[in-house]
Amino acid sequence: MSQSAAPVLEARQISKRFPGVVALDGVSLALLPGEVHALVGENGAGKSTLIKVFTGVHRPDGGELIYNGSPTAFGTPLDAQRAGISTIYQEVNLVPMMSVARNLMLGREPRGRLGVIDTARMYGEAERILAGYGVVTDVRRPLRTLGMGVQQMVALARAVAIDARVVIMDEPTSSLEPREVETLFSVIRKLKDDGIAVVYVSHRLDELYEVCDRVTVLRDGRVAHTGPLAELERLKLIALMLGRDLDEVRTGGLTRFSRDRRQARDRDGAQPAVRAEGLTRRQVLRGVDVSVWPGEVVGLGGLLGAGRSETAKGIVGALPLDAGRVVVAGRPLRTGSTTAAIRAGVSLLPEDRKAEGIIPALSVRENIALAALPSLSRAGVVSDAKIDKIVDVFMRRLRIKAASPDQPVQELSGGNQQKVLLARWLAIRPKILLLDEPTRGIDVGAKAEVQALVDELAEEGLGVLLISSDLEELVEGADRILVLREGEVVGELSGDDVTEDKIMASIAERGAESDG
Amino acid sequence: MTRSPGREQVSRVLQQHGALMVLAALAIVGSIAFDSFATAGNAASIVVSSSFTAIIAIGMTFVIISGGIDLSVGSLFVFGGVLAAYGSQYGLFVALALPLAACGLVGLLQGLLIARTGMAPFIVTLAGMLGVRGLMLAISDEGATTYLVKDSAFARLGQGGLLGLTWPVYITALLAVAAMVLLQRTAFGQNVYAVGGNEPGAALMGVPVARTKVYVYLMSGLLAGLAGVLNAARLSSGVTILGIGLELDVIAAVVIGGTLLTGGAGGITGTIAGVLLLGVIQSLINQVGNLTSAFQQVVSGLFLALVVVAQRLLGRAQRLG
Ligand SMILES: Nc1ncnc2c1ncn2[C@@H]1O[C@H](COP(=O)(O)OP(=O)(O)OP(=O)(O)O)[C@@H](O)[C@H]1O
Ligand SMILES: [Mg+2]
Repeated sequence: MSQSAAPVLEARQISKRFPGVVALDGVSLALLPGEVHALVGENGAGKSTLIKVFTGVHRPDGGELIYNGSPTAFGTPLDAQRAGISTIYQEVNLVPMMSVARNLMLGREPRGRLGVIDTARMYGEAERILAGYGVVTDVRRPLRTLGMGVQQMVALARAVAIDARVVIMDEPTSSLEPREVETLFSVIRKLKDDGIAVVYVSHRLDELYEVCDRVTVLRDGRVAHTGPLAELERLKLIALMLGRDLDEVRTGGLTRFSRDRRQARDRDGAQPAVRAEGLTRRQVLRGVDVSVWPGEVVGLGGLLGAGRSETAKGIVGALPLDAGRVVVAGRPLRTGSTTAAIRAGVSLLPEDRKAEGIIPALSVRENIALAALPSLSRAGVVSDAKIDKIVDVFMRRLRIKAASPDQPVQELSGGNQQKVLLARWLAIRPKILLLDEPTRGIDVGAKAEVQALVDELAEEGLGVLLISSDLEELVEGADRILVLREGEVVGELSGDDVTEDKIMASIAERGAESDG
Repeated sequence: MTRSPGREQVSRVLQQHGALMVLAALAIVGSIAFDSFATAGNAASIVVSSSFTAIIAIGMTFVIISGGIDLSVGSLFVFGGVLAAYGSQYGLFVALALPLAACGLVGLLQGLLIARTGMAPFIVTLAGMLGVRGLMLAISDEGATTYLVKDSAFARLGQGGLLGLTWPVYITALLAVAAMVLLQRTAFGQNVYAVGGNEPGAALMGVPVARTKVYVYLMSGLLAGLAGVLNAARLSSGVTILGIGLELDVIAAVVIGGTLLTGGAGGITGTIAGVLLLGVIQSLINQVGNLTSAFQQVVSGLFLALVVVAQRLLGRAQRLG
């Protein structure tokens, strides 16, 4: 990277307003060829909006874009793409019903005779490209039948395969496993070597320090800082993002959420809050046993496709099971029925929130209160005051950034949408809460708050099953960890054994065996 | 680490080829039950009478896969027929060009309205349907005037044929093959699926969403007009009061053929099977003899309901797979 090189893409004093919010307020950013530029900030700071201005999705209200040295205004994402700006948007934006190969190649399918798409070549090429990302799958299958991680790798492969001078990644790792993150990083390093400029948005600070050269911190739509990343201490970075003093952050313990791990309680005589036995589903789960005692946070570790999400879905009846049973507080649950599970006090925050959770056109207030309505109403009449209180508490604690509680959720930033859903599940106070990637896409400040909330609930006697591809979060949050591999429980860690290294070892150990 | 649950594959095959299987089953049952069903003559008459619906249904398949709907096709079918009959007094070329230009124009306008203003396809094409029908009534004195075909070359287009099948059947077959290639093997076809499957996502992936929609409605209008032209040639006249409710039959055939009403999935083979299936049901009911043709609608309706329920279940099985 040569600092003297002219910027390939530059934003000058860009402003963008939405009704009720100023999303960007005079933002300037220069992107140099061959650099990886981190773009960070709290949820709702304006990162995605800036990206969408770069790629022609949004028209700026003020300021100008300079691309390759001349002022530019992209009318559509297609124009930006043609000009060499390739983007992975925050929400995986592919077509779920189309096949993997067609998604990957959409817009640049290989042509055969008569200009007609050469399908054999298309499938071959798609397979080859994906293999380069460590994804081996039947590329003819509809995309939606694959896990979120694989979908994200397809999005990545698609963006990188387009001949680009600038590659923008808006939270590309939010559904990736450590191993896939490594793949991503090697891709990024290669892009860098080729002189391509990369914009990298993430709330995982470790990642930033690993791949990024410079950083721009956005706060409330303004640039709070720009400079080389290596010189910036981690706490200082957080302080810049949150707009607080360094000392305050240091003493407030915002980054390290530490506590004593609850020791396994005396379980003689006591019943687990939920006990799942022999959950089996062809090709996915092979007899998984999980128990969660009241007041305990159990983490599920493992790689992508290990069956963690499927285990959670199996427990709440959202995945048809071939065999196995679920016992809640001593009573067997009717399998395959989510209604029965909810009635018994088991609820799941699903992994794919867009498809399975959020109701985009409803307000923040309605989305939060939705699941809690039965407990907030008497004889079918809902108490507005109670709803207001709950909504207010969660909006404050999780720092949900919205113009008002009545703003439609679809207008919120990605991370704030996540917070709304999380609030919905925390608000119903079930007996057992299954959280699948609860802090995905949530900023550092709110992350600590989420962990604190989960911990409070556990203290009150709730059983929590926590799934997270962020090992740090698992280690900090869980009392006990079960490691899954290929649909089986291959290890259990508790007490002092709960460390990142031991989890990795547990995954790898079995891996070596079954590969060999 | 690839998972390939058989259940998911089975449900996908059922979704795509269910209509074809039921069609085959019904044909076999029909041949066993009725002597007069499995004759070449009866088969030919089913195919000939289905061909007009099939042409319209091909266009409708594109529309529905793109996530839209076109209610104007019944009216355009009639409009095309009348203009063809009227135009035939000026020769074959005018008999073909006039209706295609007019119906294409209506389709184009509808497409532009839908794509550029974001109005709902249901509303725009409902307006198109009513508007065109009103126009028809106006120029034909409330349906009293019937335009007769004046050109014999034009009439031969609808009535002549080869090997017991009329030209419209061959034209339909050609169009179906072309549509299949267009849908599966060209960028335009991929864009249609992408727009119907995830419109905002498609836009971000660089798909020209508006242009794709315009083409789809233009095509639907053209094909509806063409079906009308061929039908006028067959009947040697342009009758203005035909085609009421035809759009619904066409939509039913497309959906029975496995195309999802919500967009994003479907295909031409299924549509052709769906059209033939409705034709066979009609024919079987005629065989029974003492049942009125109204009964055919009841059966088609029940069948449609069944298919939609099955699609939901199959879709669920695939998602959970
Ligand atoms: N279409 C829209 N309509 C109204 N407001 C919007 C719209 N898109 C974004 N906003 C607002 O603009 C602000 C910035 O949002 P943006 O999506 O850029 O945040 P972000 O930094 O990407 O956050 P996150 O980390 O949560 O993804 C937010 O307050 C958001 O509510
Ligand atoms: Mg964002």
